[in-house]
Amino acid sequence: MSVIALRGVDLAIVALYFAAVLGIGFYLKRFAASSEDFFLAGREMTAWVAGLSFLSANLGSLELLGWAGSAYQYGILAAHWYWVGAIPAMVFLGIVMMPFYYISKTHSVPGYLQLRYGQGASGLSAITFAAMTILMSGVNMYAMAVVMKVMLGWNIHFSIWVSSLTVGIYVALGGLYSAIFNEVLQFFLIWFGALLIPIFGLIETGGWSGMVERIQRNFPGQDFTHLWSTLAHPADNPMGMHWTGIVFGLGAVLSMGYWTTDFLVVQRVLTAKDIRSAKMAPIIGSFFKMAVPLIVILPGILALAVLPEKLVPESAMQAGQHSYNEVLPLMLARYMGPGLLGLGVTALVAGFMAGMAGNVSAFATVWTYDIYRPYIRKQAADAHYVSMGRWCTLIGLFISIATAYVAMGFASIMDYVQALFSFFIAPLFGTVLIGMLWKRATPAAGFWGLLAGVSSSVAMFFWVKVDPSALAIIALSNNAKALAEDMYRALWSCLINVVVTVLVSLATKPKPEQELEGLVMGVTQIPKEVGVPLLAKPAFWAVVAVIAFLILQWIFW
Amino acid sequence: MHRDLIPVWFFVGLLLGVYGLLILSSGLAELSNPPATVLANLHAPVWWGAVMVIVGGAYCLAFRPRR
Repeated sequence: MSVIALRGVDLAIVALYFAAVLGIGFYLKRFAASSEDFFLAGREMTAWVAGLSFLSANLGSLELLGWAGSAYQYGILAAHWYWVGAIPAMVFLGIVMMPFYYISKTHSVPGYLQLRYGQGASGLSAITFAAMTILMSGVNMYAMAVVMKVMLGWNIHFSIWVSSLTVGIYVALGGLYSAIFNEVLQFFLIWFGALLIPIFGLIETGGWSGMVERIQRNFPGQDFTHLWSTLAHPADNPMGMHWTGIVFGLGAVLSMGYWTTDFLVVQRVLTAKDIRSAKMAPIIGSFFKMAVPLIVILPGILALAVLPEKLVPESAMQAGQHSYNEVLPLMLARYMGPGLLGLGVTALVAGFMAGMAGNVSAFATVWTYDIYRPYIRKQAADAHYVSMGRWCTLIGLFISIATAYVAMGFASIMDYVQALFSFFIAPLFGTVLIGMLWKRATPAAGFWGLLAGVSSSVAMFFWVKVDPSALAIIALSNNAKALAEDMYRALWSCLINVVVTVLVSLATKPKPEQELEGLVMGVTQIPKEVGVPLLAKPAFWAVVAVIAFLILQWIFW
Repeated sequence: MHRDLIPVWFFVGLLLGVYGLLILSSGLAELSNPPATVLANLHAPVWWGAVMVIVGGAYCLAFRPRR
């Protein structure tokens, strides 16, 4: 039996969304004529549009459902992925890294590596990114279809084909314009669709203290509402996490890697109309990111207080029970009547489709610019590359659909793909950061450092699979859950990458300084913000964001 | 630079406005017979739908396409 029953007005709201995104796709086609337009939305987005799109590219429904479920499982500890696991990295991207991405006029992260290190590091990152992106898109698609089946009773094949064909049509028509417009729409739908859940939850429980009281009654002896105070020993918290894993693994490496080098999100900021907008966009995104736990984490914690039944892990689910991942739909069904329910479901569908659109548009860019152009057809007219972008959007989508069907055969493929995805993000961060900050880093070091980081990450993953006792060495605890293991693997692989990059750099010949202009700190002229009012300065808002972030840590300590 | 591109905010306003109208109408229709949800007595679709109409309308007005 499905969790949610939709009525006529709800179905009308869902159908209207599909009509709207297709209509916008057809409208935007005329603006996506050149490759700059199709792949980078003409580089004319304001800081607000680029910032919201940057945030929304990560605010997919899988993320919303998954983190709400994690909040039910781990309590407020899940908020670390929105705060220490995002805010410092977003501010760092805006203030330190964005000037180099923007001034170099690169079209992608592998494109930056091409300029900085040459073909080796660029080719390696482009191929791994393209493969991972398309795989993630397919697995997201399958996960969406499963959620729609559980939530609404919809047929899996119907969900996969209708949503992916809609995404394929609107991205092939309008390119990154379409993807960005839909991400901004999705941002508003998610807020309007989900904000009533925490409001009603807090009214029902009588506020924060009433909620804590109920949780303590329902789950005696467990602490779900403190952010840092239970992290001194892994055995003291349900995640099996030590604070070093959160600070160094998540905050310093994994989140830095994701927010500053994952092209899926960085591509949105590259569409900004000028360097100040490009610096401002991630900082605007950081304020909204700080607020997202209100609609994702708080509903999960409120569910601990108000739901009459206890949710269980998916692997232990029996007939009539619900899993952690269903917590958001359950809370939606608890408070939302006809109309509002349709809005909530539309927000989740929009999140899934925006996630798919983000993946295929990033895939189309990296395939066309970083694989097809350098390796297959070097000299062609601009229109040829636009046409290639449109076709590989559709081809990428069909490969994603095939991946989605393959995923049906593997119950735990999502875990493996998440792990695979993390293999490439953390080491890439080391390569990009050293490239931007140290002019001595050489082309050979870029390639070998990245390869060493990626292969050591893969090796650590399989080491734990073959010998589970290795977990105590890699994650510093036998109690470490998958998330904690990911944090430490990211930390070690990034450190290995940095050490190899430095050693190889010292042993090989660097590029001449004139070839590094616009790419590396110390040989790049970053425009000064002379005469810009304080309230328009990215650095001012970066400081405000960091202060707000610290206050949140103190409040929920 | 595409100066004739309709801002995304206009589309946001349009969608929020239409959704707001649908939700508000649905809330008014069920005033005397609220659904069996928790806190249904607060009639959220009525005031939340109205908020969406106001926000959507404001966005449409502020970012309407101009010749």
